[in-house]
Amino acid sequence: MSEKNKNKSSFFFISKNSEPIFSKKNRQLLTDPLDDNNPITVQVLGICSALAITVQLKPAIVMTMSVIFVMASSNVIISLLRNLIPNRIRIIVFLVVISSLVALVDEVLRAYAYDVSKELSIFIGLIVTNCIVMGRLEAFALGNGVWKSFLDGIGNAFGYGFILILVAFFRELLGSGKLMGVQVIPDFIYEMGYEDNGLMLLSPMALITVGLIIWVQRSRNTKLIEEN
Amino acid sequence: MEQYLNLFIKSIFIENMVFAYFLGMCSYLAISKTLKNGVGMGLAVIFVLTVTVPINYLIWEYLLVPGGLEWIGPEYAELDLRFLSLIMFIAVIASMVQLVEMIIEKFSPALYGSLGIFLPLIAVNCAILGGSLFLKIKDITNVSEATVYGFGSGVGWFLAIVAIAAIREKIAYSNIPAPLRGLGITFIITGLMAIGFMSFMGIKL
Repeated sequence: MSEKNKNKSSFFFISKNSEPIFSKKNRQLLTDPLDDNNPITVQVLGICSALAITVQLKPAIVMTMSVIFVMASSNVIISLLRNLIPNRIRIIVFLVVISSLVALVDEVLRAYAYDVSKELSIFIGLIVTNCIVMGRLEAFALGNGVWKSFLDGIGNAFGYGFILILVAFFRELLGSGKLMGVQVIPDFIYEMGYEDNGLMLLSPMALITVGLIIWVQRSRNTKLIEEN
Repeated sequence: MEQYLNLFIKSIFIENMVFAYFLGMCSYLAISKTLKNGVGMGLAVIFVLTVTVPINYLIWEYLLVPGGLEWIGPEYAELDLRFLSLIMFIAVIASMVQLVEMIIEKFSPALYGSLGIFLPLIAVNCAILGGSLFLKIKDITNVSEATVYGFGSGVGWFLAIVAIAAIREKIAYSNIPAPLRGLGITFIITGLMAIGFMSFMGIKL
């Protein structure tokens, strides 16, 4: 970032909020989405991609990083523009900003990580319609300062990635006995008669795994229980 | 004719948007609380998919791929505009959604009222953009195939949301463990339904 931009952005958050950069409220923006306000299990946003790419850990991690980048940058951009965007066409503006950022990620992945990009196929493109990005822009970045929006973007992307990686971890471990493509279940266990559960590799198990994660989370955190 | 029927059946059952690719899950989960809303949303998705997939196919084929612009003049044949595909597709989809919204508001204010904020959400329904993006991966070679594919995927999505909405209406009377109520059980049911849909795999007409 150039010196000029730095000055500009620091000017922005000093003028908008005089509280310290990591005040309690700001920290909450980062930590809330990990549990109490998790984008996937509580806000029900961004499920589509969360499920489809969780067969293995590696694509899940790449996806998480892409979403972190897209969310943080789009939140910052929209937050900078928030007083200039006419209310009526805001959706289109959001879509343009998000799809340009996603196109950027797509091209970079295709250039430097072609295998993973092949594996993720259309799901990188689908970050555009990932409701989590859109949802946070609408619900947060449109009404808050730059620094807060940045934290909110990072926080939500981490909350999203956390579930993604958790699901991928169990699916890869139980489905193929590997983590990141490296075998972790030792051979003697296979010799004793253990077999990988091929069902975990099939798409329905992603849904059921998320269902179980929600079950665990809500029994621990009872205030999230729904009244039917 | 046979290939169209094949593609149609395949896009509804075997490659069901929801159960095989998890596309459109957000609205699928959010709007499936009552059957009535589910049906409305499903119909809107069928319509938007049937319209946008062939349009995006034409855009892809005649504007974006290398050689696609040849109809303007031979000097444009070299241009490769594929990196613009996301933005083009989403623009078509957003304008189509706007159109559907206006049509529904005019002809069925009751439906408009009950769908409310969910209509704009169709624009960010991954099933719609997914349908267009899948054009590149699946072997779709002409406009009629693209139309059949769009319609079939829409019907598949409709089927899925109607089924889950009906189940959720019934399940309200069941005794589910408290932490699993609502979202959790819906996920698990969808998973079980997806396993059911897997039995269609390999069917060929």
